[in-house]
Amino acid sequence: MLELKNLSFKVDNEDGSGSLHIIEGLNLSIEEGKFVVITGPNGGGKSTLAKLIMGIEQPTAGQIIYNGQDITNMSVTDRAKLGIGYAFQQPPRFKGLTVRSLLSLAAGKDLPEDECCSYLTRVGLCSMDYLNREVDSSLSGGEVKRIEIATLMARDLNLAIYDEPEAGIDLWSFTMLVDTFKSLAKNETNSVIIISHQERIMQLADEIIVIADGKVMSRGPKDEIFPKLLTEFGSFGRDCTFRGEGA
Amino acid sequence: MDIKDFNFSTSLTPTDRYMLGEIADMMGTPDGAFNIRKNGQGLVRESSQNIEIRQKTDKPGIDIIIKPYTKAEKVHIPVIITDTGVEEVVYNDFFIGEGADVDIVAGCGIHNCGDQNSQHDGIHAFHIGKNARVKYTEKHIGAGDGNGKRIMNPTTVVNMEEGSYCEMDMVQIKGVDSTLRKTEANLGANAKIYILERLMTHGKQEARTEMVVNLNGEGSSAQIISRTVGKDDSVQVFFPNAVGNNACHAHVQCDSIIMDNAKISSVPAISANHPDAQVIHEAAIGKINSDQLIKLETFGMTEEEAEEVIIQGFLK
Ligand SMILES: Nc1ncnc2c1ncn2[C@@H]1O[C@H](COP(=O)(O)OP(=O)(O)O)[C@@H](O)[C@H]1O
Ligand SMILES: [Mg+2]
Repeated sequence: MLELKNLSFKVDNEDGSGSLHIIEGLNLSIEEGKFVVITGPNGGGKSTLAKLIMGIEQPTAGQIIYNGQDITNMSVTDRAKLGIGYAFQQPPRFKGLTVRSLLSLAAGKDLPEDECCSYLTRVGLCSMDYLNREVDSSLSGGEVKRIEIATLMARDLNLAIYDEPEAGIDLWSFTMLVDTFKSLAKNETNSVIIISHQERIMQLADEIIVIADGKVMSRGPKDEIFPKLLTEFGSFGRDCTFRGEGA
Repeated sequence: MDIKDFNFSTSLTPTDRYMLGEIADMMGTPDGAFNIRKNGQGLVRESSQNIEIRQKTDKPGIDIIIKPYTKAEKVHIPVIITDTGVEEVVYNDFFIGEGADVDIVAGCGIHNCGDQNSQHDGIHAFHIGKNARVKYTEKHIGAGDGNGKRIMNPTTVVNMEEGSYCEMDMVQIKGVDSTLRKTEANLGANAKIYILERLMTHGKQEARTEMVVNLNGEGSSAQIISRTVGKDDSVQVFFPNAVGNNACHAHVQCDSIIMDNAKISSVPAISANHPDAQVIHEAAIGKINSDQLIKLETFGMTEEEAEEVIIQGFLK
């Protein structure tokens, strides 16, 4: 369903002293209905890869093929219409927009109250307290993050990408979230990519992909990759895999 | 027109009714006291038991006299101009009695389809009695496709006695070509004022706001919020000034979104003339946050649709 061919994203150094590859010649394919976890050290290029797939960043070389169609030059809007969605690592806030209207905008229609509530419940938010609150600076980072995840739940997606959904979330909500992702993992037709450092999320994966230095360092079924994270990939495994809640 | 002969559906044209709905939420003859001014003349006027509306005899305009301790009443005083070339200066004085609690809905709509300028300069003076509470809502719009300009220059002076409260919500979101808005407030002891000004300019429109809030009484406080959006080639200038003359609190906050070739300047001033005056100012002008735009685009919205949603939220 998704194929990245020789994908590169290069940026010029600010001082004009050449350029830096954030993503370099990356090849990857993700099949329909798969639940994939991408992990790897901070700064390895995971968020950049997600933005390239969503169309937020333009690759400097290579191709993105989605369901047989070359979408490399397609706008964010058009990719969204094809059913691709991305939950930001650091979601923006919106002055004057309520949680309910944000969810409705995500869904593309006015959502009834009970439907909004069910999405919020799935991310561990007590819905009645939140529906009419504005998504502004009065919400905590963890709350904004969960609302962001809920906006993806409200959409009918073929390919959903969640960028470190666990960040800033308390233990109780995290358990809720894992259950929610578990139910997403059961879907046979839609694919899910979660960028995560959390063992409990990795345990849900059909496949784990390790990205470091802008390249695929390793990939395979979770039973094969997960043990290696703790040993072969050395220090970052310890740093990231069991990073505390609320990081 | 005598109130007995007035019928909201038949005495007004569809344009009149549209404008009244937009500026004053009037969908029919309102309950309570009201005054409708149209094309430079009073059209119809109704007082209530506690609120008297009296036509001025020395100059155009009305006096609105609210009895002390009047509770939970509304007054509507909209102005509409639908002819081209009407230019007027109107004086409205509000006398709000001690302990009263009222909603005042003003507003001005100019529908100009002709080639001459139409202009409404409303000079409003509020005298708010001890412990009275006033909520004042004012909406300004321009419409019509003529070349004549739609001009509004409101001047508002608010004098607040001890313990009074005033909330002013002033909006100008479309179609006004030129505006010079002057507001002055003078606060007595423990008086509180909350001013929210929302403005959007587009095309070649110009808007200038001058605001002075004098916190004269001990324990007085003011919160002034300005939210504006400048589009196309429009120009906006703000001069908010909070002056603390006693132990008081004031907070001024100006946020603007700038788009296209618009120009916005925010020239805030704060002054303290008393050691216990606490006066704070915050101002920011910037483009629409690109993360917000991208987020909405990932919902399948176009860039234009996303901008519209962000602006509507910002001006809400
Ligand atoms: N547009 C850009 N310009 C310059 N540097 C960038 C840009 N985008 C990302 N980077 C850099 O690329 C590296 C990878 O970033 P990111 O994709 O966010 O990593 P990860 O999500 O794996 O932590 C970081 O060092 C980041 O600072
Ligand atoms: Mg990242």
